[in-house]
Amino acid sequence: MIAVENLKKSFGEVEAVRGISFKAEDGRITGLLGPNGAGKTTTLRMLYTLLEPDSGSILIDGMDPHKHTIEVKHKLGVVPDSRGLYTRLTARENIRYFGQLHGMSAADLESRIEELTGILGMQEFIDRRTDGFSQGQRVKVAIARAVVHSPQTILLDEPTNGLDVMTTRALRHYLLDLKKAGHCVVLSTHIMQEVAALCDHIIIIADGQIAASGNADELLQQSGCSTLEDAFVKLIGTEEGLLS
Amino acid sequence: MSGWLTVFKKEVKENFRDRRVIFTSLVIGPLFGPLLLIGMFSLMADKTSERMEEALELPVVGQQYAPNLINYLIQEGVEIKPAPNNPEAAVKAKDEDVVLRIPADFSERWDAGQRAIVEVIVDESRNHVGVTSQRLRRLLNAYSSQIGILRLQLRGVSPQILNPIMVKTIDQSTPTSRAARLLSFLPYILMIGAFVGGMHLAIDATAGEKERHSLEPLLINPVPRWQIMAGKLMATSFFAGLSVFLTVIAFRLLVPFLPADLLGTSISITNPMLLGILVVILPMAILASAFLTILASFAKSFREANSYMGLVTLIPMLPSFYLMINPVKAETWMMAVPLLSQNVLIHELIRGEQVSISWYLIAGGTTLGLGLVLAAIAATLYNRPRVIFSGE
Repeated sequence: MIAVENLKKSFGEVEAVRGISFKAEDGRITGLLGPNGAGKTTTLRMLYTLLEPDSGSILIDGMDPHKHTIEVKHKLGVVPDSRGLYTRLTARENIRYFGQLHGMSAADLESRIEELTGILGMQEFIDRRTDGFSQGQRVKVAIARAVVHSPQTILLDEPTNGLDVMTTRALRHYLLDLKKAGHCVVLSTHIMQEVAALCDHIIIIADGQIAASGNADELLQQSGCSTLEDAFVKLIGTEEGLLS
Repeated sequence: MSGWLTVFKKEVKENFRDRRVIFTSLVIGPLFGPLLLIGMFSLMADKTSERMEEALELPVVGQQYAPNLINYLIQEGVEIKPAPNNPEAAVKAKDEDVVLRIPADFSERWDAGQRAIVEVIVDESRNHVGVTSQRLRRLLNAYSSQIGILRLQLRGVSPQILNPIMVKTIDQSTPTSRAARLLSFLPYILMIGAFVGGMHLAIDATAGEKERHSLEPLLINPVPRWQIMAGKLMATSFFAGLSVFLTVIAFRLLVPFLPADLLGTSISITNPMLLGILVVILPMAILASAFLTILASFAKSFREANSYMGLVTLIPMLPSFYLMINPVKAETWMMAVPLLSQNVLIHELIRGEQVSISWYLIAGGTTLGLGLVLAAIAATLYNRPRVIFSGE
């Protein structure tokens, strides 16, 4: 479970995040929805410990990620915006590397890689070097290495960016399975269909602040619109950044 | 398995799969230096012996004014050639190496017992011409003193009166120390090996991670950043050290091809000497790796990092140049200056001198110490968000 309280972060003059508070419960998928540049990635980076907040508090399963960095990292599975693979290693070696960095035993690691290969449908390319992989194949490997240690909380930054329909569907099924198994899933996106199809709780972020939050029905009610797209535009007050 | 070991193993494995790296760091790098050295020697030896042995072809202006001198030169094996119309221009245009000119008043002055003048026209700025003009001058001086002695004897004066002092040089250099002069490039070649060997991995592990967008996922893993950097640094040092090691091996294997006899020296490169050189140079691999890693960490891309690296190869040259211009005696303070200490120590070793253990320790200690300070700096670099996210 994640609890964020009045989080703020500036880069020089630019206030990227201006007081964000929310809760992401276990067994739910929480979506951070907002146009590009709204502060979603910065918020996530503070959650996964790479950026230190200027003020505000974060608790992940009751621990402050900036005080108990290593413990929190063990509980997190993160698919960041950057998902580069090592092209001279095979998919399996890429995943194994991250499993080893998590301190997994060899036996656990190998059986977990087998399991993930099945779940994500990677049988065809698991032992190929990742050089020349398609976007979909790369994302699958990036997800597999992020969750190889079976983390309780999973953070994904724009996970479906650049994916084809089939891979997107497979990813959604996987996230729904994680939710059913009681994991806490947080994803950021600027695609409305995605939140509508997946998320139990939607947090609309614009200009570094929360513009609205709730489930899909609640957001429609709050905005008085009939479609989520209209509601989204109305709630953030601009169409800017939606078309990219 | 601890974090740094995991990182180390992965970096080494990954880079061993890169044929380009293997080729440049572990094949071309180690072979290039020793081959260059041997090539240089062979060329030098060839040129010197060629010029010493081949008949001296000499264009002479005004042969008719000094028939005796010309006869003497012919007896000494000089081939007299007709002179070009404009000797100065011919020498300038590099058509002729040396031209001898005998002025018209030569015989007049000769007969009068005055000093007769001959002119040697030469461009002394051309390196290889030196041997030819020296040979000619030696012949002319020999003729001159021969005639001088004859004239004195005719007057009943002992020729010794002309040479109140006779200089006798007693050369204290050993054949090995003379060879050492020729091998003064070796420290530079070995240090370049350390830098070039670690270069690719240093870039790949830092700027390369940023460029392929794998740095952020890597840093999210529950391993302290200093351990990740330590693993990378050790992998870089491993490659740098391996490159140096292979350079020494290549050098060892190529020594028999050194044309030592031609240069009048006998180089005895012994295995203990090479072992000493390795002990001296290996701390340098760590220092070079830490330095390269810091440099590459500030670059956003492979290309940017590569452009810094060109300058890096100049750094190990500095002490070599310093010693070339200002050849000084090895002293203890020099051992505390990384790069310089390796240069001086390797020189001493090649010269076959006994090097005290304390010098090894000071040189190794200061180099390793500076390397570790730089490594500590490198380890903290990735605590700065600007360094992590600057590739975007």
